[in-house]
Amino acid sequence: MSLELRDVRKSYGDVEVLHGVDLVGRDGEVLAVVGANGAGKSTLIRIFAGAHAMSSGEMRVDGEVVHLRSPHDAHERGIRTVYQELSIVPGLSVTENLLMGQFPKRRTGLIDWPAAHRRAKELLDAAGFGAIEPRTIAGRLTVARQQMVEIAKALAGEVRVLVLDEPSAVLAGSDLDALFDLIRRLKARGVLVVYVSHRLAEVMELADSIVVMKDGVIIETTEPARTSEDELIRLMAGRKLEQIYPDRRSETGEARLSVHGLSRSGEFSDVSFELRAGEIVGLFGLVGSGRSEMARCVFGAEPPTSGTGAFRSPADAISHGLAFVTEDRKRTGLVGGMTVTDNIALATMRATTKGPLIDMPGRRERVAGMIDRLSIQPARCATMPVAALSGGNQQKAVLAKWLLAEPRVLILDEPTRGVDMATRVDIYRMIDALAREGLAVLLISSDLTEVLGATDRVLVMREGRLAGELPSEGTTEDEVLAHAIGVAA
Amino acid sequence: MSVNALPKISRDLLVTAAFGLLIVVMVVVAAVTTESFLTQANLTNLLKQMVTIGLLAYGMLVVILTGGIDLSVGSVVAFSGILTAGMVSSLPIPAAMAVGVVAGIGFGLVNGVLVARFGLAPFVVTLASLTTIRGLAFVYSEVPIAPEDPAFFTLGSAMAGPIPVSTLIMFAVFLVGGVFLTRTPAGRSIIAIGGNAETVRLAGINVRRHVVLAYTISGLCAGLAGVILASRVGIAQPSVGVAFELDAIAACVIGGASLAGGKGSVRATFGGVLVLVLINNLLNLYGVQSFWQQVLKGLIIIAVILAQRTNRVRA
Repeated sequence: MSLELRDVRKSYGDVEVLHGVDLVGRDGEVLAVVGANGAGKSTLIRIFAGAHAMSSGEMRVDGEVVHLRSPHDAHERGIRTVYQELSIVPGLSVTENLLMGQFPKRRTGLIDWPAAHRRAKELLDAAGFGAIEPRTIAGRLTVARQQMVEIAKALAGEVRVLVLDEPSAVLAGSDLDALFDLIRRLKARGVLVVYVSHRLAEVMELADSIVVMKDGVIIETTEPARTSEDELIRLMAGRKLEQIYPDRRSETGEARLSVHGLSRSGEFSDVSFELRAGEIVGLFGLVGSGRSEMARCVFGAEPPTSGTGAFRSPADAISHGLAFVTEDRKRTGLVGGMTVTDNIALATMRATTKGPLIDMPGRRERVAGMIDRLSIQPARCATMPVAALSGGNQQKAVLAKWLLAEPRVLILDEPTRGVDMATRVDIYRMIDALAREGLAVLLISSDLTEVLGATDRVLVMREGRLAGELPSEGTTEDEVLAHAIGVAA
Repeated sequence: MSVNALPKISRDLLVTAAFGLLIVVMVVVAAVTTESFLTQANLTNLLKQMVTIGLLAYGMLVVILTGGIDLSVGSVVAFSGILTAGMVSSLPIPAAMAVGVVAGIGFGLVNGVLVARFGLAPFVVTLASLTTIRGLAFVYSEVPIAPEDPAFFTLGSAMAGPIPVSTLIMFAVFLVGGVFLTRTPAGRSIIAIGGNAETVRLAGINVRRHVVLAYTISGLCAGLAGVILASRVGIAQPSVGVAFELDAIAACVIGGASLAGGKGSVRATFGGVLVLVLINNLLNLYGVQSFWQQVLKGLIIIAVILAQRTNRVRA
């Protein structure tokens, strides 16, 4: 089926965010959409999904003009969308999540559970995710597996267009392979796959055509054979990025964080490492390796079962100079309903009062300084709700919150997930500059290129244990992955 | 980029203006259609009636901001009132009144500890304390207590010029309370907790302590409201204050507070209080039967909230 957009515009209030998008997708094609955060990709996806109506322009399906008024309309036409934010109901089983509203019933009107589980199994198998057991409570699955359930759910009906928003952000290893297999099979069946991703290597591998968005318009339509990752980055950023990762030449000082034999039952055990002033240490592990749990424990968010080096509480950790940029900024990094200023000032409120009251002019000044230093966009965002910022700028706001606390040790958990390339480069430069000023940085990442490119050495975790330590210089991605999977010699 | 910020500010202004207009319209309608609204007696009465619901609404707002709810305030009003009246015979009046307020603080503290420390649902905890405290009020005295010392009536009936002293106290609570929520670390923390408690915890802020503080503030407000009410009426009844918590919640919600927490404003809650009190007063002046008053009040609340919602959706 062909899908065509003609001069599509979209405004929210007085602000136009899409300024006339023309796009053609053909059946059996993987159409990749790339662009920096705020380029208009999410808006475009919502228009495909029928979640938001376009302000003007038209959408044609097989040449015929269609008006999508709701997600239901889109489903009717075989257009299914899997958003970056999961919509899984964590308390229900995989089967219930998959079949929601379409359970096979017995003659009595009650749900036929054996048939429902069989149907769920079929759906999972068909999607290539047979490893997932339909009876499991969805919330107990890893985020990666939840994402797979979400995709299987989108494929439950007649699918002619599948829109995937950053599907690979939480996937790694064999899960990622399963996703790619699925996309290739869908393509062979004549499905149009619209693939939105920041991971350019994947885009180059999977896509038949690539559209680059910037500032609400499509600035380039190309193909993998005619372009390169560097060129895409340059197009997205609108400037040439000489180099993604800064040159690391570190002079390390005294130990800032010493963790010894740290364990937390069921999550990780016997983890020992040291962070020194001025160094950036990567921590790599597959989903479920316990790396984030370990970091949370060190920061005092959860108590350890044994070992030393963890703090009693986040307040204790902060008073010792730690800062922790968590993995999930929406759930643990930001207070979405509050302003950018409130969020950036959150961790330093107590330290910046005049008498019993917050020193408002001082706070405004400090926050303005941070917005400027991290070039958070838009520049006059101080009184905006933080949720109104794009993903990359939200991440910068979290970073700003912690930098205001002037930390001596900075733990970053997936700081570039769902963040566009230009902002990534900003973040890498920032981390590098901080380390040069003497900060000790622990960079947790499931991006192999990043974990090697931005660091001095890499710790690898596997199944809750430290499985190796490698120098970043001269180590290949394959070697790191081999340690993480457990096939290292 | 400033284009983004501009419409937002004017939008807030619009909502505030619409709200102010509603109150002005109600006052004008009342003044034009009834002879008694603008009389000194009625206005004084109106100002005094505002005190109870105003105090309760502020305390309720603080709890609602954390994402909780305090259903026990009506019972606390009854208990602190009757305790104060009962103590008058053995304590000087200021001390007796202090005891009543402290009782409110104590109940708030217990609510807060049960919610924050033991992780129980606020609705269930305060539902239980609603019935427990009401019971305790009757246990303390089954019959109303009417102290004879005229000094007992001072707090509730004294005037400072044209304005009752009790109303000034309530204004002061809103003023100080507004500064507390907007300008102090504790106040900002309380709002942030309602928005995202885990983020706040990881920012090194003691979430439990702030939740306890919120319920304690609500208890303090309810205790104070109970003492003032008993003093104004001149008689403390164990049965007073039934369903007051609902008016307090209504005032917050009319003011745009979200029951999910993290969103609400002191000024708008004050507006909510004004709207509710004006509705009551108007319906009284029109001589509407009290059961019909309840029906109308409910419908008006829904209308106000719907109006606000469409305002936001359009914006």
